[in-house]
Amino acid sequence: MRKVAIVAAASRQEEKMLDTEVEMMIPLISEVKAKTGLDQTEIGFTCSGSSDFLAGQAFSFVMTLDAVGPVPPISESHVEMDGAWALYETWVKFQMGIIDTALVYSYGKPSPGSLQDVLSTQLDPYYVAPLWPDAHAVAGLQARTLLEQGIINVDQLADCAVRAGTVESREEYFSQPMLSDPLRKADCPTYADGGVAMILAAEGKAEELCEKPAWITGIDHRIDVHHFGVRDFTTVPSARIAAEKAGVHDGPIDIAELHAAYTTHDLLLRKEMGLPETPNHSQRSYPIKADTLMASGLLRIAEAARAIWEGDANRALAHATAGPLLQQNLICVLSGEDT
Amino acid sequence: MGTGGELAAVVGVGMTKFSATRGDVSMPGLVREAAQRALEDAGMQWDDIDAVVMGKAPDFFEGVMMPEIFLSEALGCVGKPMLRVHTAGSVGGSTALVAASLVHSGVHERVLTVAWEKQSESNAMWALSLKQPFQVSINAGAGGYFSPIIRQYMEVTQAPELIGCMVAFKDRQHALLNPYAHLHQPDLTFDQVVESPMLWEPIRYSETCPSSDGAAAMVIVNEAEADKAENPAWIHAGAMRSEANNFPGRDEVNPLASRECAADLWKQAGITNPREEIDVVEMYVPFSWYEPMWLESLGFCERGDGWKLVESGVTHIEGGDLPVNCSGGVLSSNPIGASGMIRFAEAALQVRGMAGDHQVTGAKKAMGHAYGGGAQYFAMWVVGQDKPAA
Repeated sequence: MRKVAIVAAASRQEEKMLDTEVEMMIPLISEVKAKTGLDQTEIGFTCSGSSDFLAGQAFSFVMTLDAVGPVPPISESHVEMDGAWALYETWVKFQMGIIDTALVYSYGKPSPGSLQDVLSTQLDPYYVAPLWPDAHAVAGLQARTLLEQGIINVDQLADCAVRAGTVESREEYFSQPMLSDPLRKADCPTYADGGVAMILAAEGKAEELCEKPAWITGIDHRIDVHHFGVRDFTTVPSARIAAEKAGVHDGPIDIAELHAAYTTHDLLLRKEMGLPETPNHSQRSYPIKADTLMASGLLRIAEAARAIWEGDANRALAHATAGPLLQQNLICVLSGEDT
Repeated sequence: MGTGGELAAVVGVGMTKFSATRGDVSMPGLVREAAQRALEDAGMQWDDIDAVVMGKAPDFFEGVMMPEIFLSEALGCVGKPMLRVHTAGSVGGSTALVAASLVHSGVHERVLTVAWEKQSESNAMWALSLKQPFQVSINAGAGGYFSPIIRQYMEVTQAPELIGCMVAFKDRQHALLNPYAHLHQPDLTFDQVVESPMLWEPIRYSETCPSSDGAAAMVIVNEAEADKAENPAWIHAGAMRSEANNFPGRDEVNPLASRECAADLWKQAGITNPREEIDVVEMYVPFSWYEPMWLESLGFCERGDGWKLVESGVTHIEGGDLPVNCSGGVLSSNPIGASGMIRFAEAALQVRGMAGDHQVTGAKKAMGHAYGGGAQYFAMWVVGQDKPAA
């Protein structure tokens, strides 16, 4: 496989942003261009991820493309997925040998609507969505199953909430009322508006653009069954397979950036991937505290890259998820070493 | 030259019957129907597939957010990688190109790609007209958007008024040769097309595409797999381009992104004279006048000459030397998200000699074309009966 690295990233998250998607993305895209010194014509491919259901508009990404300024025309694509999958599509383009540089971005602005309810339109439209179970309700069902089968216990939930920084202590955790029984507020995500942009470059170019490129040593993504009647809420086979294929176990992981929006998801993912229950590196953007649908996954990859650039990790894992209850998962392993 | 990376080819094509309402199938049933047919054509089972790439147009068309999530079982994706592409109207073409890239890159050997739309689940006019703050609403659908651009084309080229009607009548005649086409109007006359109500001057009712349910699928494999197949359609070139909707000096009739995309495509395919070297074209023509406009933009003729090709019957399957949309085109079937992939898949069927009654005899090289947004997103490919020259 051709060696590809993340050489620059920029991101922004706020609980409620007044800027439009275009206004939010222009400075971020300008920032990564400035960091690398690349102008539009020097970027071989552009790929983005977003959802029309957040923007409340069909073809919403067409408007946001204005933030890139595609004049003259660019080679470009878009996925209706988290930006982590836009990065995957881009990585594949690098493997074809037809590009040396690329811009990847994604964004989500859930604040104008009620994301919890919007997410129920992602469920099976014939049998489940008509009941309008919101995101926390579905997560509560899963949490109940996990607790009743003894796969996790409430102390683990409390400790995870402390690690995530949504409470300061177990005592504070247990003093909270139930939000979606057995989940408390501290177990559930706070949604945020935000976006992330990054530049990728192939070996030979990456070293010119970045002092210490964050090399992608493995990347893989998988999807599980959707239908609740056939789904085992207590396992995440897709994350386990993706982790194996991405080579997570080929060496020590210094930092894991998980796209876990619920404490239950944090615990399940660590279990599936054999990761220790350690505090998160980038506390501020941890999805339980600030989940930006469609950008959280790409933001995890950006945070893992930052850990490499800043010398906090030699080998970092980044994870992205989509669909209810960790149905679809992407794992990306980054390394600071030019192996 | 070429697409970069490894060779790839289409060895399976599947389509559903297109119609206004496919009330006999659910969304999973619809995508499954096309995918199953593509697998059968390829002589493969679901387990043979390494990854799935799905495309469709706005989720508001069905009212399901990211529907690929709930279609994972229907598309046999469980435990496999799945990607969902959305690049406006060009999405069906872009989806095929992303699927091809998974093979060209050497990441996968056998990829299933599916594009679909079930417009009857929702209302496209509503889905396209959701009001947004600080944005001008056209309130006239896609026809209202494109009609001024068509008027500009007519003004600049002095094209005769009925060229659009000729394209529409031709595509509806072609559709009679395609059992999957949505519109089958055996009694339609040219005069009826001309006399149909004017919707958006100069676009008449009969010069517009229908609103359809339907899906298209392809199996794309690497060289080793394709060598085992009887009649693979080798991918000679693939290109995508996008440009902003609005900027000073933008040529909306003949967008720069279209010209640059085509130039890249012909270069990859080693084609210097598209008119001579391409045997059949499946072009994205949702409004009749786009056939002469794209013929010019893609380099099949000089600017201003597109309508002359139409007028002289060059694009008709009977007697034309550059048949366009032998399947009946978007004007006869338009499940929006799938429409681009249908173009790509029909091009593959032609070079495989499997297009049935709408087969162009001896077709060796075919072009598939799709566009979207305000004529700002483009996806194109060239497929051939023979392996691309090294």
